[in-house]
Amino acid sequence: MINSDVLRSLQDTTDSAFVVELIDTYLDDCPALLDGMRQAMTDGDAESFRRAAHSLKSNSATLGAEALAETARTLEMKARQGQLDDVEKDLESAAGKFAGVRDELEAHKHALQL
Amino acid sequence: MPSSSRPEPGHLLVVDDNKVNRLLMARGLQEQGHDVTFAENGRQALDLLHKDTFDLVLLDIEMPEMDGFQVLKSVTSDPALRHIPVVVASAMDEVDSVVRCIEMGAEDYLSKPINLVLLKARVNASLEKKRLRDQQRELISRFATSEVAEDLLTSGFSLGGKLVEASVMFSDIRSFTSIVESHTPEEVIDLLNTYYTLMFDAITSHGGIVNQMEGDGLMAIFGAPIPHPDHRQRAVQAALEMVEMIELLNQEQAVQSQTHLHIGVGIASGKVIAGFTGTVARATYTCVGDTVNLAARLEEHTKAIDKPILIDKATREGLPAIVALADCGPVDIRGLSSPVEVFCVTARQSTHTDA
Repeated sequence: MINSDVLRSLQDTTDSAFVVELIDTYLDDCPALLDGMRQAMTDGDAESFRRAAHSLKSNSATLGAEALAETARTLEMKARQGQLDDVEKDLESAAGKFAGVRDELEAHKHALQL
Repeated sequence: MPSSSRPEPGHLLVVDDNKVNRLLMARGLQEQGHDVTFAENGRQALDLLHKDTFDLVLLDIEMPEMDGFQVLKSVTSDPALRHIPVVVASAMDEVDSVVRCIEMGAEDYLSKPINLVLLKARVNASLEKKRLRDQQRELISRFATSEVAEDLLTSGFSLGGKLVEASVMFSDIRSFTSIVESHTPEEVIDLLNTYYTLMFDAITSHGGIVNQMEGDGLMAIFGAPIPHPDHRQRAVQAALEMVEMIELLNQEQAVQSQTHLHIGVGIASGKVIAGFTGTVARATYTCVGDTVNLAARLEEHTKAIDKPILIDKATREGLPAIVALADCGPVDIRGLSSPVEVFCVTARQSTHTDA
């Protein structure tokens, strides 16, 4: 789920403590973004949906979660065109990918803290 | 600037609604010794920009409340802020947005996800460019009004030499030597100051720049460094105003039975090499070339034929029909192999005749 080159490059330009902090921030923020998108889908609020998808895309790419970033990008594009009627499948796919990403990032974090 | 050398620290404003991005940018920038302030949306960013001074803004495009475009527009249209470089950060699937930002005046862009090495390099390069521009601004302010200095910087003007189309003007006071001999030193300096004040006003109000003053003479350029397609007309109108100002001054002086001044103005137009000369500590914007020599000779020639304003053929061709002219015929000009067509601009109708 994670491109380890991206994490390694982050680690090279900063340090372990910072990468841990960045992972924690990301893992804190993502559930709220996914919840926000679910709520926006229920409300038919394409603008809020698009903004949350944009943040999810951007943050996932930063941490090397490339497949999740790609799904978020698809969601952002759909919301930009105002199409919220067929986002549910992609949204649940994003939530599923996030579960995998979280496990991998937690493992990475523990490795860094050893 | 090589990444190994440490830049001078600056005060940076990072505008991003996303905490992961803010953390990442803070890390990269603080490591370089920069002082970083954060804003989470455009409105906060503008509030901070008005309250504090910043050397650079790193701006996210996609934000709630007020997006990056709106911030950029406010910054580039505000004379107090537009000298601050803005680097926009955006995902690569938003190329259109990046293009729009660059067109709106952004200094550079960074693609997301943020690469820290690239971030440092771009920020340092932008800060370095800003430092050079600040130096230019300071230098330009030595010979131009602050408005002109701002115009120059926003029009992307560079101090390097350039071949440009311009009108060059020389002006001096006739028989100044005899005035000097018959007045006290205080009176002479007073008179010169009054004269220069009037001449500067007339020249700068028509978009010209006075770049040389020597004794009772001055040289001015129209059309450079700020391009004015109507530089010929501007130069001639400035000359008419200068002559008129001197007449008004003479009327005032007459009341106090003091000396009457007469000036001669020569204008030539064409290609000149214009640029910035001197050293960093003392420098002027100047221009050189045949056009400059011709303007100086025409000014000299005003004495010989007793006309206040003489222009060359190229200047005449840029004038509207309403400017009253008289053909003074071909004149032999020192330094030129063939005679030159010279025209006299008839000064605006006045109660005094000057013959």
